[in-house]
Amino acid sequence: MKAHYDVIVVGGGPAGSTAARFAASRGAAVALLEKDREIGIPVRCAEGVGEHGLASLVEIQPHWIARRITGAVLIAPSGAEVGLSSNQVGYVLHRKQFDYDLARMAARAGVEVYTKAYVQGLLMGKTGVTGVVVEHLGTRQAISATLVIAADGVESRLGRWAGLDTRCTLQDLESCAQVTIANYDGDPAVCRFYFSNESFPGGYGWIFPKGDGMANVGLGIAGVKADKRCAHDHLEAFLARISDKPAILSRVYGSVPCSVTLKTIVTDGLMLTGDAAHQANPLTGGGIVSGMIAARTAGQVAADAIADNDTSAQRLQEYPKTWAAGEGGRMNQFYRLKKFVFTLSDDAFNKIAKGILELSPEKRTMTNIFKAALINKPSLILDAIKLFK
Amino acid sequence: MIEKIRHYQDKCDFCGTCVAVCPHDAIELAEASLQILFNRCTLCAFCIQGCPTRALEMSDESAL
Repeated sequence: MKAHYDVIVVGGGPAGSTAARFAASRGAAVALLEKDREIGIPVRCAEGVGEHGLASLVEIQPHWIARRITGAVLIAPSGAEVGLSSNQVGYVLHRKQFDYDLARMAARAGVEVYTKAYVQGLLMGKTGVTGVVVEHLGTRQAISATLVIAADGVESRLGRWAGLDTRCTLQDLESCAQVTIANYDGDPAVCRFYFSNESFPGGYGWIFPKGDGMANVGLGIAGVKADKRCAHDHLEAFLARISDKPAILSRVYGSVPCSVTLKTIVTDGLMLTGDAAHQANPLTGGGIVSGMIAARTAGQVAADAIADNDTSAQRLQEYPKTWAAGEGGRMNQFYRLKKFVFTLSDDAFNKIAKGILELSPEKRTMTNIFKAALINKPSLILDAIKLFK
Repeated sequence: MIEKIRHYQDKCDFCGTCVAVCPHDAIELAEASLQILFNRCTLCAFCIQGCPTRALEMSDESAL
């Protein structure tokens, strides 16, 4: 590790690798620091991603794809199943391979990648953040940087150390549990989404097939509704419902900040990106694409700001402004829908499902579901139409 | 110092949820270790409620 870099990116997930790659490809000297021993593990993710969004960011590689998904079914609390009409394609990824390749692409662009590099503090100077204190392979060292990009996930602490409030409220936290099972006999091209205030309070359950009988089965519940039973308890009940004898090959827990983007995501010498900035989709909890979109801008702005010799919060505003004008604005609309969806009673869910099932199959779209759901909330219908067109 | 929130190493997945919800930056998390900084902790219990596995619990000492 050198004593100085133009940019230090903390966190080797999709957002971190993307920010690092774009900063390096614009000429910055970049180090990427990952706390775990290996890029890509553990996989704390349901691994679902839309084709359109991902293709806008990288050339999709076949070995990233566990299963191509062409259908989605929503399951109401009553058990009624609504197959969605959509021509959109998605993928369930092999996140480990995906994350590896994103880090490899960053390395090819000139980024120095370090694993087992645990950042324990920030260096602060007159110009704001001036570097990090990192423990790497048993050695603790101070590394200076013109700019630090914090892509350190939902558990981000870098922002706090720089004076930004990055915590997630229990209201907006989705507390998640997931297993990967080896004996899933459902349709391998269809993702399933389960709704019920009893079984998935403030969230939903999912089955994302990975092919060859494999599937990610998991759920998220709102932290504020986790007082009696935790995500793990709910998952045990969900598993009992969908399988007599699930063959569990992997078990993982985690959480997603399902809020609007943090109010402040840049300060002098530091930018936040990905889950650390609360940039995941607050309705679905999906954060791969939105995090990478934000990180691309963050990396570009970082390199340009360094070339201008100005990494003040004011100069870095270009990043939050670009985010808010694009994907960030959409995420705010998703947040408004989420707030509404999670007020619905099980009766309301069941009625909506019943109404949609009375439509012809090609009319069972997300837009029509929200039109039915939002009958008393016309102000949100436009959001839904824009988001699901 | 009396420990007031107990951490169960065997239940913990080291996922960082407790760190995310802690209002006081009172939790240190590394690859497979977790430490509560009781000089900062206010026993708000947000970490206990957010934890997906209930790997954190109020310990008896705090029930005084």
